[in-house]
Amino acid sequence: MDVQATTPLDPRVLDAMLPYLINYYGNPHSRTHAYGWESEAAMERARQQVASLIGADPREIIFTSGATESNNIAIKGVARFYRSRKKHLITTQTEHKCVLDSCRSLEAEGFQVTYLPVQKSGIIDLKELEAAIQPDTSLVSVMTVNNEIGVKQPIAEIGQICSSRKVYFHTDAAQAVGKIPLDVNDMKIDLMSISGHKIYGPKGVGAIYIRRRPRVRVEALQSGGGQERGMRSGTVPTPLVVGLGAACEVAQQEMEYDHKRISKLAERLIQNIMKSLPDVVMNGDPEHHYPGCINLSFAYVEGESLLMALKDVALSSGSACTSASLEPSYVLRAIGTDEDLAHSSIRFGIGRFTTEEEVDYTVEKCIQHVKRLREMSPLWEMVQDGIDLKSIKWTQH
Amino acid sequence: MAAAGAGRLRRAASALLLRSPRLPARELSAPARLYHKKVVDHYENPRNVGSLDKTSKNVGTGLVGAPACGDVMKLQIQVDEKGKIVDARFKTFGCGSAIASSSLATEWVKGKTVEEALTIKNTDIAKELCLPPVKLHCSRKKGMRNISLNASMEVY
Repeated sequence: MDVQATTPLDPRVLDAMLPYLINYYGNPHSRTHAYGWESEAAMERARQQVASLIGADPREIIFTSGATESNNIAIKGVARFYRSRKKHLITTQTEHKCVLDSCRSLEAEGFQVTYLPVQKSGIIDLKELEAAIQPDTSLVSVMTVNNEIGVKQPIAEIGQICSSRKVYFHTDAAQAVGKIPLDVNDMKIDLMSISGHKIYGPKGVGAIYIRRRPRVRVEALQSGGGQERGMRSGTVPTPLVVGLGAACEVAQQEMEYDHKRISKLAERLIQNIMKSLPDVVMNGDPEHHYPGCINLSFAYVEGESLLMALKDVALSSGSACTSASLEPSYVLRAIGTDEDLAHSSIRFGIGRFTTEEEVDYTVEKCIQHVKRLREMSPLWEMVQDGIDLKSIKWTQH
Repeated sequence: MAAAGAGRLRRAASALLLRSPRLPARELSAPARLYHKKVVDHYENPRNVGSLDKTSKNVGTGLVGAPACGDVMKLQIQVDEKGKIVDARFKTFGCGSAIASSSLATEWVKGKTVEEALTIKNTDIAKELCLPPVKLHCSRKKGMRNISLNASMEVY
């Protein structure tokens, strides 16, 4: 139940990819023979499939190796192209690491970046965004759906603000594409990052949408033979992009049904856990929220120990022990979660292939083990005795 | 010929995907992130979880750590007139390694005198449980000393 980390291949996607892994192995940029022509045709078909999912023109879709690369191209590419006149970017504190790291590397190049804070709900304050835009701001980057807490940012409103102030708007839509309806024109999005393996497509492929009208100029990160309109050189991997295209087409067909089913399963999970366990907090705004990503904090129980208990279920946690750096999740810190609750958080992911049995099993095990771990917890014991944990002077070590 | 082969392969792959119980259902045989089985054992069958009567004169309680750090350990020892630890109980808010470390610590101190218990080092615990270096803080020595000291001071 960790679909925010990755998703299995939809069988229909594998079906579409196989011929291009076996027989139709031509390089789509070979102009002189049928191997090349048929691969090119498949690549362009896939481009159309991706474009139609987000309301774009196929000429605005560039294939990349994944959303990380797309984010790098969007942020560094736009910033560097306009660097003579514009030196400022805006992003949020809850973005994916690749966005934050790209911004940090731009700061080292002399750019100035504003990292907008988020409210307790996880959503940015639109007034703060407006106030942060300067005359020399080239780009605003705000992710559509957060990968840790599932919160949906007000993308259409942000697009409106950016377009009225003539600032480019980029959104990392890796967790949103194919799951909620997106339209780059309605929402006034100028750049968008797409990831293959978050939407039941293959790993190692993604795409970036770059608006043509009005044209957004981007400095290419990767030099080479000029493929993908010079914006991303390198042979386009036909089987992978065919898989991405198929995944987008399937997502478009299944979006409504998937959303309804996942919402029901999410309701079921949250309700059943909360009615059997006290002191469980859901992180992130429950209303502006994508149902398939549920982040819960179980007070007085540490996240990693709970993960160890739920060993037959694949989950992830915002606890320090599970991160390489021993620091709890920066997203939870940004929404103001108390540190001890940040250590107690678990992310449940529900996807197209998650079954009701799996949800019920996870809920049952979760309740059982949280109860057991609370029995072992000195904090729970103290709370039961009526002690206010906030009044205690904890020792340092 | 090649086309027929591809078609057969594709059908077989699709059939395989659709028919097989999806991979997530397979037995996850390796314990999470390759925990040593001693850690898993202590975690699943922790020894000496619980509490001793903290108002009793022979019982010393030590509490170390902070929820903000993700680690809080409470260790209680019951000491007889000769200064020997006859019983120990623990409660921990922390990761699997922290729980295992506390559980092992209670096993080790039983039957020792308070002075002997103070010599137990976190490196000993880490070695016994085969903890990776990053987990050393979970069995920190200062914590142990603190707890033992606090506990023994309460008793005397």
